[in-house]
Amino acid sequence: MSTDPLLSVSDLTVLLPVEGEQRAVLRDVSLDIRAGEAVGLVGESGSGKSMTARAIDRLLPKGAQVHGQIRLRDSDVMTLAGSQLRSYRNQVAMIFQDPRAHVNPVRRIGDFMTEALRTNLGVSPADAAHRAADMLAQVGIEDARRRLHQYPHELSGGMLQRVMIAAALLTEPALLLADEPTTALDVTTQAEVMAIMDELRHQYGLAMLFITHDLELAAAICDRTIVMYAGQVVEVRRSELLHSDPLHPYTAALAAARPDIGSKAARLQAIPGRPLSAFEAPAHECAFAPRCPYAQDACRDGVPPLIDLDGGLSRCLRVGELRGQLEAAHA
Amino acid sequence: MSTAVGVPSGRVQARTRSGSLGVLRSTGFAGIASAVVIAVATVLAVFGPLVAPYNPDLPSLGQAFIGPAGGHLLGFDFEGRDVLSRLLAGAQSSMIGPLAVVVGAMVLGTLIAVVAAWRQGPADTVISSGLDILFAFPGILLAVLAAAIFGAGLTAASVALAIAYMPYVARVLRGAALRERGQPYVAALEVQGASGTSICLRHIIPNMLPLIVAQATIMFGWAMVDLAAISFLGLGVQPPTPNWGVMISENEPGILQGYPLPALAAGLCIVGVVIAFNVLGERLFEQAQRVSR
Amino acid sequence: MRWRFLARRLLMLIVSLLVASFVIFGALYLAPGNPITALSGGRALPPASLRVLEARYHLNQPFFAQYWYWLENALHGNLGISITLQENVSSVIAARMWTTGGLVLFASLIILVFGIGSGVIAALRPGLADTSVLVSTSISAALPSFVAAIVLITVFSVKLGWFPALGNGTGFWSSVRHFTLPAIALAISSVAIVARVTRAAVREEADREHVQTAISRGIPMRQIVRRHILRNAAIPITTVSGITIASLIAVAAVVETAFSLNGLGAYLVQAAESKDLAVVQGISLVLVTAFVVINAVVDVLYAVLDPRVALGSRAQ
Repeated sequence: MSTDPLLSVSDLTVLLPVEGEQRAVLRDVSLDIRAGEAVGLVGESGSGKSMTARAIDRLLPKGAQVHGQIRLRDSDVMTLAGSQLRSYRNQVAMIFQDPRAHVNPVRRIGDFMTEALRTNLGVSPADAAHRAADMLAQVGIEDARRRLHQYPHELSGGMLQRVMIAAALLTEPALLLADEPTTALDVTTQAEVMAIMDELRHQYGLAMLFITHDLELAAAICDRTIVMYAGQVVEVRRSELLHSDPLHPYTAALAAARPDIGSKAARLQAIPGRPLSAFEAPAHECAFAPRCPYAQDACRDGVPPLIDLDGGLSRCLRVGELRGQLEAAHA
Repeated sequence: MSTAVGVPSGRVQARTRSGSLGVLRSTGFAGIASAVVIAVATVLAVFGPLVAPYNPDLPSLGQAFIGPAGGHLLGFDFEGRDVLSRLLAGAQSSMIGPLAVVVGAMVLGTLIAVVAAWRQGPADTVISSGLDILFAFPGILLAVLAAAIFGAGLTAASVALAIAYMPYVARVLRGAALRERGQPYVAALEVQGASGTSICLRHIIPNMLPLIVAQATIMFGWAMVDLAAISFLGLGVQPPTPNWGVMISENEPGILQGYPLPALAAGLCIVGVVIAFNVLGERLFEQAQRVSR
Repeated sequence: MRWRFLARRLLMLIVSLLVASFVIFGALYLAPGNPITALSGGRALPPASLRVLEARYHLNQPFFAQYWYWLENALHGNLGISITLQENVSSVIAARMWTTGGLVLFASLIILVFGIGSGVIAALRPGLADTSVLVSTSISAALPSFVAAIVLITVFSVKLGWFPALGNGTGFWSSVRHFTLPAIALAISSVAIVARVTRAAVREEADREHVQTAISRGIPMRQIVRRHILRNAAIPITTVSGITIASLIAVAAVVETAFSLNGLGAYLVQAAESKDLAVVQGISLVLVTAFVVINAVVDVLYAVLDPRVALGSRAQ
């Protein structure tokens, strides 16, 4: 695998106007995604994971202040405008959480799927419809030709999310931003949609940023996982190690808060306190300190740096001494 | 103890605590300014004839269509009557009609809405389709029909408009009543054996009050426009009773003679009051929706 | 499924028309005054001719039979005879229909062009354009047609002399000139209503998630506005414009009177004053029919524009 990243985000800080004040929702977020790599982005609601994806796709709301750099291969994403920005968005496809809201209800499925092909790539309507039907078959939708003539409300949520995935793949992007693509679906459908997405991603050699609040799910399908808390990256780790050898108390707590079939823990451990948005969290100390059982005075002296450890990164001052104990804490 | 179960105490208390003055203050500058205009119009509707500097009904044909002069701030109308005095005295007949229309439409509409929402099922279906059919009659047309049958006059026109407006009230409030009906506290009261009538009168309707007031305020503006139009057509308030709508029609010839002041002044009174009701009504509507969320 | 919606809407239309015709006939049937007196112009008639008249107009028959005769005749275009004009009501209506129709059509054009146009501009261009549309619409929304009429006459006829104040005009261009001020007076408050609804609808659609999807796929903004924002906002805009235009049919009476146009509405008012009941019935029936039909067309347009309509109609 080449070390040159496909997408690199460095020191991304985003401020949004909240109640008349500019407040930070992302603080110094840096991440790399290599071609063909799947990266998980995990955190509670308000942690800034969706905001990161939106910033990458330049979809931030009006009035947002953005600092830092985003690069796709050699191009500086923040300076793109007009047709260059549009062609960038064609290379970075986004899949949203709620397909029902994210597909125009008054246009036919075929129209939705082929719009970008026809508009941006100049594909003829007949050819575009043909490709759309093929792609629908690949995401496991039968009777594709008929589906193209249907309206979104005639399809189930799971089916609509497959349509969304198929539509995203049609323009042959290099990177997929999947923002909780299965959260709005029921459990059995979730697994099917995940499987299809994973399979097609490998087939087309797509890189993916997979956003979820589900640590296990991210670990299952991603090569690396980034854990976010209060608008900051707190841990970056190879996925298979995340559960057995977490490097940050927050990751450990997230893992412990989820039922694990293998473990014999009598009850789930809730993380004390409530998840904080970036602008609610303390700005000049470890953001997790107020909820952290291992917090010491030193943790409150400043924002800890990301510490490199065995190829992983952790934003915990005490990672050296706590390593090993963290896993034990939840078992 | 049991009475406390499920009663939406928070919402009721919030409303009584802020009171009607608090509600008004939260409508902002435009809302307060509108309320002042409405208050002035209301005072004039009661005391207008007393405030009028001259006898509003005393014609003096020699002074017809003479401009503002010597204490007559707005000049004279087509029969040489003092325009300002007629405007002040005309507030009464211009405000009382809309008031009657709004009260009639609101009472009828609220009752029908609550019955439909409470009974649901076939009663609701019948009422709703009946309302749909009533929509076939535009207010002005119904008022003209009423004038043809009962003769021109404010009473017939007001009754006709009240009937024509009622379906609009009922449709909006039926939705609100259905939402209120679905609240857990209603079920709790039913379990405790409260009668439907008492739940509707003591809980559902009071809880819809902000919406009812907002609807009534907006509707007052409509009624004012429609009744003035009917009076302008000669089918409402009859001359020589002073009335803003009548003043426009009787002084219309003056416009062509280059003397538009009496007609325009009456028009301005109508527009001013209607804007006030529209603006205040819209603000109250936004408030009512915010409260019910 | 859409066909079922259309069939139901058509049925509702017919029922509405039946009930409306029944109310119109019934109300005037109950009106005080003896139709024979009206027919004879107050002269005393010999009993023989009285019986002939009674038989001809079915006056000796029960109420429902009379309604049926009236309705049957009305459907054949026979609406009785105007007492004041001594003329067929149908021919009176036919002669005046185009005035009212033309006026409403002209006003509708103004409403659609300026109402929707300024609403879209206000929604898409925040700042000065938006503020000026908001301010001007909150005033013009409260401007009744007859007040607008006197202001327009004062300014554009008397002061500037650009347009005639009264009358119909002859020939197409003269008619357009004569109808310009009346159409504006009729349209002005509706322009404001449609502009405000358009602005709100376009804003709401622009904030929808599916617009985000389109942006994220690199679709040009121009196309997003046209194919997603305006296309979807067209649903509420069509409904409100249609209902507003339908309501003009009744208000036209006021404008026709203010500008001395010989339309249906102005004549209806005269007939109501002189108790020319056959004319009142006939014109009311025509106006209510037009009103109800336009409303039905609006509902059908809604069903055409919104594929989800089979799931629940606007009426519910």
